[in-house]
Amino acid sequence: MPSVRLVDASKRFGSIFAIHRVNLEIRDGDYVCVLGPTGSGKTTLLKAIAGLTQIDEGEILLDGRRVNEVPPEMRNAVYVPQHYALFPHLSVLENVSFGPIAKGVKRDEALASSHKMLELVRLDKRADSLPQELSGGMQQRVALARGLASGAKLLLLDEPLGALDARLRIELRYQLRRLAKGLGLTVVHVTHDQAEAMTIADTIIVLRDGRVEQTGSPFHIYQRPENLFVANFIGDTNFVEGIVSERGSEGSTLELRRSIYIKVADTSYLPGERVVIALRQEKTHLLGEGMKEGTNAIQGQVQAIRFLGDFLKCEIRLENEDTISCKFLRIGTIPRGNENVVITFRPEDCVIFPYPSSGLSREVEVT
Amino acid sequence: MDRLSAKPNASKALYSASAVFFVVIILLPAIAGILLKLGLISEALSDPILVSRARSALYASFAIALSVSSLDLIAGVPMAWLIVKRKSRLINVIDTLADIPFIVPTVALGYSVLLFWSGPQGLASLFGVGSIIQPGWILVAMLHFAFSYPIVVRLMVGELQGYRETYELAARTLGASSFTAIRTVTFPILKPAFIAAFLLAFARSLSETGATIIVAGAFENGPVFIRKAIDAGLQGPLVLVSLALIAISIAIFGAISLLGPRLRLPIKRVLPRFEGRLSEGGKWRDLATLLVFAMFVVIPSLFITLPSATAILDGTINKAIASEGVWSNYWRSLVLSYTVGFLAMVINIFLGFPTAIMIARRRLGRRASTIFDALVNVPIIVPSVALGTSLSFFWNAFGTFPEFWLLILVHVSITYTYFVRSISAAIEGISEEMEETARTLGASPFTVFRRITLPLVKYSFFSGAIMVFTRSVEETGATVAVVKQLKTAPVLLVDWVKNPQLYSQSTTALGIGFLVLTSFIILLVLRLVLWRRR
Repeated sequence: MPSVRLVDASKRFGSIFAIHRVNLEIRDGDYVCVLGPTGSGKTTLLKAIAGLTQIDEGEILLDGRRVNEVPPEMRNAVYVPQHYALFPHLSVLENVSFGPIAKGVKRDEALASSHKMLELVRLDKRADSLPQELSGGMQQRVALARGLASGAKLLLLDEPLGALDARLRIELRYQLRRLAKGLGLTVVHVTHDQAEAMTIADTIIVLRDGRVEQTGSPFHIYQRPENLFVANFIGDTNFVEGIVSERGSEGSTLELRRSIYIKVADTSYLPGERVVIALRQEKTHLLGEGMKEGTNAIQGQVQAIRFLGDFLKCEIRLENEDTISCKFLRIGTIPRGNENVVITFRPEDCVIFPYPSSGLSREVEVT
Repeated sequence: MDRLSAKPNASKALYSASAVFFVVIILLPAIAGILLKLGLISEALSDPILVSRARSALYASFAIALSVSSLDLIAGVPMAWLIVKRKSRLINVIDTLADIPFIVPTVALGYSVLLFWSGPQGLASLFGVGSIIQPGWILVAMLHFAFSYPIVVRLMVGELQGYRETYELAARTLGASSFTAIRTVTFPILKPAFIAAFLLAFARSLSETGATIIVAGAFENGPVFIRKAIDAGLQGPLVLVSLALIAISIAIFGAISLLGPRLRLPIKRVLPRFEGRLSEGGKWRDLATLLVFAMFVVIPSLFITLPSATAILDGTINKAIASEGVWSNYWRSLVLSYTVGFLAMVINIFLGFPTAIMIARRRLGRRASTIFDALVNVPIIVPSVALGTSLSFFWNAFGTFPEFWLLILVHVSITYTYFVRSISAAIEGISEEMEETARTLGASPFTVFRRITLPLVKYSFFSGAIMVFTRSVEETGATVAVVKQLKTAPVLLVDWVKNPQLYSQSTTALGIGFLVLTSFIILLVLRLVLWRRR
């Protein structure tokens, strides 16, 4: 099983850095999801590992060996693009056996091992079909079987579920992980779907403008985003501006607009510092009118209610004119439009960031 | 080969070699040859009559090329539309017939057009007159229309087949009549194809020499003037007109390529009633399209079969088979034509393929590849007779060059663009991800080429190779510019047509008939052989 390491890897297209001084380490057998908005350098990162794009600076190491100058066919790292790149003039079996035959394995042996791979992905009965005769989900499985048959232990998947419909996408993401774990593969899976990344990754790497913003387990990234961009990109988050008014040993007091005060657990900011409070929408609770409990409680009025199936999402205009959203299970009393309500949240659920010099909206911008 | 291709610098070396070949063998001689002889221009300029003739010839060349290309679009686009939209057996037959001027070598086409419009056995026989149209500029224009029309039709059929009809349907549901929808939505989207079709027809018209000589009579355009200058041994006028043809052609192509994309079609104003009525007249439009096609393309192109058939009946065929008299030279010329065509095809396959990949995949970097992409058009932009003149000057500057190899070089130059363009367009149509994925599956660059790229571009490869072959076999202008002793079949046949006192109509018609027939058979064999190798 291979490990992957990038040391200060950069790739420029003209004056624009597609990836910039990227440092990361992927352990043997890890299922890693690279998450980031369009144009963040995800595909470039994948192609650099595959050897399809030459990095301008830095090093790429596979199993501890520098591979910067090693051509793609010698890296044993299979690249699977979003639309799978199945060869349209070859049958399913010929597609799957392409790798072993290209590597010099005898035709009979290559066909036998390819058949096994097709059995593994339950497509052995479609061995003679042409790729275009298969559904999207089947094509995805053929692409996977083709990669596995080539003997590669490192799979580089570029939005492998992006071309499928929503339901199939959910079903196949678990199959993908199960297969990878069962065969002991190392997988780098590029996606812009945070739910996909959260549910199948051992480790998530968040990219933005070619730089790694944060690396960690899904739980860690969700609970402790290291910056505003990650806080915004992963999960649904409210951002509220404030100024530190007091700092104690167990927490700080922040002043929001119109002299509303709240408590937060973070004590790392000095009084007078301008900050942004990031608060997950599902950690923002809603109480009916007149009910007031908890440390932080702010009055507001329901502006909009959105139905999300099991969940409801309410947009609340606070008494200080800030707007925040809260997400909660659809049980109990459902608030009505324009109803006066109180929102509460726990000090330890507030993640505090310094106010960005470029402005809040610019900092959390996804496109 | 696999191991060699896997070496880090192997592909770069291959692409660099193909780029060097293009610059040194194709591009440089095309321009530099004529520049070497610039000093001779003063000789031509000192003769005011010659200058005036040269000016008129140049004017005639561009006037005919511009008007014929415009007419090609006016008549060819409805024909392409008809082929794509109206599906029936008759349309399938018409689709095949539209390719006839492609298959018939232009010299044969010229003679056929001449006999049909000017000969007493042609259209004139129906009206009991000697001739309908005398050789001259009108007949030249009609001939150029006949051979450039299929270029426009073929290109537009391809474009229309790839065009997403949903745009037009959306316009119809928004209240536009079919004519308005086509004019305001489809045409602006297809504008690049119109420009490409216009430029191709324009280039073809400017280049044509052999057939033009046949139907020109006393009329002179650029290529006819050059041919006469070569025959008279007048190098000064030859250089003057060749240089002017090269310079003006490149300037016009550059201007159209640059300004064409900025050209706005008049789509703002809509006349709902008038255009609605025009939309209803579809049947009349189709009928008019078919009439133009029949009268000006198919019948004049196929008319040669009549005198050829007569030659079979009057015994001329026996002399031809026995290789008596003029026929031994004829067969030699025919063999030479096909040998040159075949060699030009093979050389282009080996040397043009890497260039096509280099352009399509931008292998030498974005800027260098874009420059090559533009420069590769030069051989078809420059009229072939001027190109031949330049190449002749260039290669002969290194001493006496064997005529046969000079002929090969010229034909490779003339046909190079056809092959490179057809392959590079096909490669651009293949997702690069497919080749990249194949590499990560363990395939070397050569294996990727052999197992993925080549099979996926095979149709373009076959059609590119066949296009090179047919273009080479029918080429006259550049050939007369470079050879003195050797005569390819089209050059020989032009001589026969121009000397009716030496060669009877029966002999000429049979010679041309054989050229058409053998071309057809060889094309068929080539197609079968290439097909089997796919």
